[in-house]
Amino acid sequence: MATDAVQKMTFWNRLAHPGQFVQWTRPLVWPLAGLSLVLFLAGLYFAFFVSPAEKYMGDTVRIMYVHVPSAWLSQFVYATMAASALGTLIWRHPMADVSMKAAAPLGATFTAMALFTGALWGRPTWGTFWEWDGRMTSTLVLLFIYFGIIALWRAFDDQLRAARVVAVFTLVGAVNIPIIKFSVDWWSTLHQPASVFRADGPTMPPEILTPLFVMFFAFTLLFAVLQLVGMHTEVRRRRVTTLERRAARGESR
Amino acid sequence: MSAFAAMLKRELRLSLRGGGEMLTLVLFFVIVGAVVPFAVGPDKALLSRIAPGVIWIAAFLAMLLGLEKLFGPDRDDGTLALYRLADLPLAAIVAAKVIAHWLTAALPLILASPALALLLAMDAETFWRTLLSLLLGTPALAGFGAIGAALTVATRRGGLLAPILIAPLSVPVLIFGVGAISPSGGADQAQVAALLLAALSLTVATLSPFAAALAIDWGED
Repeated sequence: MATDAVQKMTFWNRLAHPGQFVQWTRPLVWPLAGLSLVLFLAGLYFAFFVSPAEKYMGDTVRIMYVHVPSAWLSQFVYATMAASALGTLIWRHPMADVSMKAAAPLGATFTAMALFTGALWGRPTWGTFWEWDGRMTSTLVLLFIYFGIIALWRAFDDQLRAARVVAVFTLVGAVNIPIIKFSVDWWSTLHQPASVFRADGPTMPPEILTPLFVMFFAFTLLFAVLQLVGMHTEVRRRRVTTLERRAARGESR
Repeated sequence: MSAFAAMLKRELRLSLRGGGEMLTLVLFFVIVGAVVPFAVGPDKALLSRIAPGVIWIAAFLAMLLGLEKLFGPDRDDGTLALYRLADLPLAAIVAAKVIAHWLTAALPLILASPALALLLAMDAETFWRTLLSLLLGTPALAGFGAIGAALTVATRRGGLLAPILIAPLSVPVLIFGVGAISPSGGADQAQVAALLLAALSLTVATLSPFAAALAIDWGED
């Protein structure tokens, strides 16, 4: 006991101890949220007032500033989950569980947002809300995988056990996503005429690239903030469950 | 190896003597396919065009139906806990179960598919292609099914969860399965699809027992 207390906490230990993790990351939340807000304001200002309307698509091109970052996050969040799943399976890292659980609904939301904004954008430019195009289809399948992961989390009472099972599924999904992507591309090139897409998209001028990059970082920071807050909430929720169990057992602590 | 054979024999014997479950599965497969004309109309040209997709969907649903008995009964009577302690690695036990699952839940469907081909006005060449693509593709479905069943075996309310989990993963199987039948991109595209389907089946059937065993091992205790 005494030796434990004396021993200096290494970085990984600090990361692994839920209480330490919360204590260590809580000061990060507000600065990150503030930075994200500033970037959002700047990005939206650039997107609405500075960047020009596009020649073919007109003002609808501004949907891109929300659509592209969401689509990027839909994949980045899955990568985060898969990395956390490795942490769970290999090191049984307690915070990896929490990170996996916090990321799933965020990933589903970003994926749904990418599909929704894509549909809004597709209606005026392609003339249809939905097209069975390769990229859209694989994003839809990704959304279903996210929903499956969330459903799997909810099916277990014991969240520690759930974490390991979900980790297996997350990794199976991670191996499969490239195969799904490939098969869907193969399938849609067979079925779908290429007329919907203009073959040569205009190369992006800097007035469009700048707000896109700003929004990109704003969204990624937003994810970081929401992820941290979600993890803190999950740590607290687990502590409450433990305390409730203890109380139910009638222990004095 | 003898333990593996014994395992396989046990599984086969259980499902063969299990009171006509195989017959129910085949009936389900045929009836799902036979209901489609009532929904889309008795137009023979249309039916023969969508027949490959209908047969694949019917086979997919029928195989999902049989998933619950893959690990469920073993867990309920405690056999699964013994399997985890057995000399034979859990992955090998799962592999035996996957093979038995394919033999009892996929092979009967393939044997019954001529009935559906007749009802859906398939021509002979398409029928042979369908048979081949079902033979090549169903091992992958059995493998994914084993993963889904293993993930949900520890939950009490897993019933519908396994299909939800593995349906998105099975998208490539359906794509290549149907692609190997109806050559919308020409005959060589169909051959490409058949080869990709075979590759997918080999990979999934080989790796899924390990993933399923991991899921069972980590979901218990």
